[in-house]
Amino acid sequence: MNYPEELLYSKSHEWVKLEGEDALIGLTDFAQDALGDLVYVNLPEPGGELTVGESFADVESVKAVSDVYSPVSGTVAEINEALLDAPEEINQSPYEAWLVRVTGVTDKEELMDAEAYRAFAETEEN
Amino acid sequence: MKLLFELGTSGRHCDILPPCDVPEMSPECLRKKELRLPHLSETEISRHYTELEKQVYGVNDGFYPLGSCTMKYNPKINEAMAALPGFAKLHPLQPDYTVQGALELLRRTEKYLCEITGMDAMNFQPAAGAHGEFTGLLMIRAFHQKNGEKNRTKIIVPDSAHGTNPASAAMAGYTVVSVPSGEDGCVDLEKLKEAVGEDTAGLMLTNPNTVGLFDKNILEITRIIHDAGGLCYYDGANLNAVMGITRPGDMGFDIIHLNLHKTFSAPHGGGGPGSGPVGCKKDLAEFLPGPVTEEKEDGSSGFAVPESSIGAVRSFYGNFLVIVKAFAYLLTLGADGIPEAARNAVLNANYLKKKLEEFCPMAYPGTCMHEFVMTMKDLKDRTGVAALDIAKGLLDNGIHPPTMYFPLIVREALMVEPTETESRETLDEAAEGFRALYQRALENPDEIHEAPVKTPVRRLDEVRAARKPVLRYFYD
Repeated sequence: MNYPEELLYSKSHEWVKLEGEDALIGLTDFAQDALGDLVYVNLPEPGGELTVGESFADVESVKAVSDVYSPVSGTVAEINEALLDAPEEINQSPYEAWLVRVTGVTDKEELMDAEAYRAFAETEEN
Repeated sequence: MKLLFELGTSGRHCDILPPCDVPEMSPECLRKKELRLPHLSETEISRHYTELEKQVYGVNDGFYPLGSCTMKYNPKINEAMAALPGFAKLHPLQPDYTVQGALELLRRTEKYLCEITGMDAMNFQPAAGAHGEFTGLLMIRAFHQKNGEKNRTKIIVPDSAHGTNPASAAMAGYTVVSVPSGEDGCVDLEKLKEAVGEDTAGLMLTNPNTVGLFDKNILEITRIIHDAGGLCYYDGANLNAVMGITRPGDMGFDIIHLNLHKTFSAPHGGGGPGSGPVGCKKDLAEFLPGPVTEEKEDGSSGFAVPESSIGAVRSFYGNFLVIVKAFAYLLTLGADGIPEAARNAVLNANYLKKKLEEFCPMAYPGTCMHEFVMTMKDLKDRTGVAALDIAKGLLDNGIHPPTMYFPLIVREALMVEPTETESRETLDEAAEGFRALYQRALENPDEIHEAPVKTPVRRLDEVRAARKPVLRYFYD
């Protein structure tokens, strides 16, 4: 499993890349591996509000549909439209396949660094 | 095999009509261009469907332990009763006085099912389980609106629930609040208490739950919801474990749905259609979809629409012939047979669980109700053989796979529900087949990745089918 050092991670397996008041959010390597081959991604409308801990998107694999929870509060500035036609990009390169860009981040949950997340993911595994 | 559209040849047909003995008319509204339908002889059509029939697998072929689906055997007497012309040839617009027998059947089935579930009123309109859920949720909304409580916008659903529960709630316009299960697989009471409030419209629960355990705190759970001002909805998917033994009405539930095509032996899946009647306590009967049956002053039966009905949720009175099949089942089993079927369903599940746990880890130890959940996580970690591979391998043993990857709270889950209609010999054979497969997975995992090898088609590319589905035939 790959967990880049420059990213922060949530307990519900999203990664966050903070860029000033903006944040990019995606699914971790652990998440895509646990979900299996993704076949559908449902993303919010740009302009919508995200709230910490609340579901903002869902992803569907051949196994199940799962909610994606927001690790931050803010406004959706942009969505990764390429994923709508090619959800497999999340499986192929989870850290390039960002889901949403959030602007005006007002709140964020307690996030882990790569090392702490690796340990957390290992306990989840078992 | 070829599709119907790829068979036949232009101009071939199988209709032999007598010569027309009235003048032919060509009204304006007639279709000008011929429909693009296949041109086939009866021989071709018959062989096509027989070929399809050979490729399917159903309860009539063998063991079908699809968890949470209650794939019990459908007694043939049900079909014979539903085929009686007095039932099969009715038209839904016939005057009531010409269908008194059918109405009596509806009323008696309602009465028996109310008795089994502890409800006071029932309606047969919903055509399947999830349709019943949606109907029940509209009734919950109508109830709160009548009481002026429009702020009740949240439906609480445990994280082990059937996926249809949150989906139905969202479709009915509710916000879904998920409550986690505790270590024991049952609802976490503390988390439930935290989740309820003035915005709680209700709770959706199935008991026994999806890991095959009877939630022992059920009275406390329904009390917490009622104290918060919400209603309790019972998903009847797992009623087979408790029918005739304990009643959702006595557990504190206000509204329920049943799956006649699961619990009451009407055909399930492709053999449908289904039937998901909704029952409720008397205080909620005014919200039932309409029409419902009623007894008229002269003692005859008719139809009426309840006072504050949410309206019709389907045409006429639901899938009537499915109700006939359930009625035949109820009469065949009777008051002793119904609980006996439930006991045997639980016994069969525990018998099989005991045999399988000798070599395969279970998600929750101890006795179960009508179904249980195994986990292939250990096997996957050791060999790379996942629940999906085992499911495919079972196909080669002539067994329909258990439900895979559900419930979501168990990793690499396989959920097994043998039902009461399987013999001890079948269960022994299935257990041995499973044991041999598990052993092969440990010794020769690559082989299992190739499974199935004996079925009409090999392993299908499910990912590609979901990503790039071909949903219709395209003409050249």
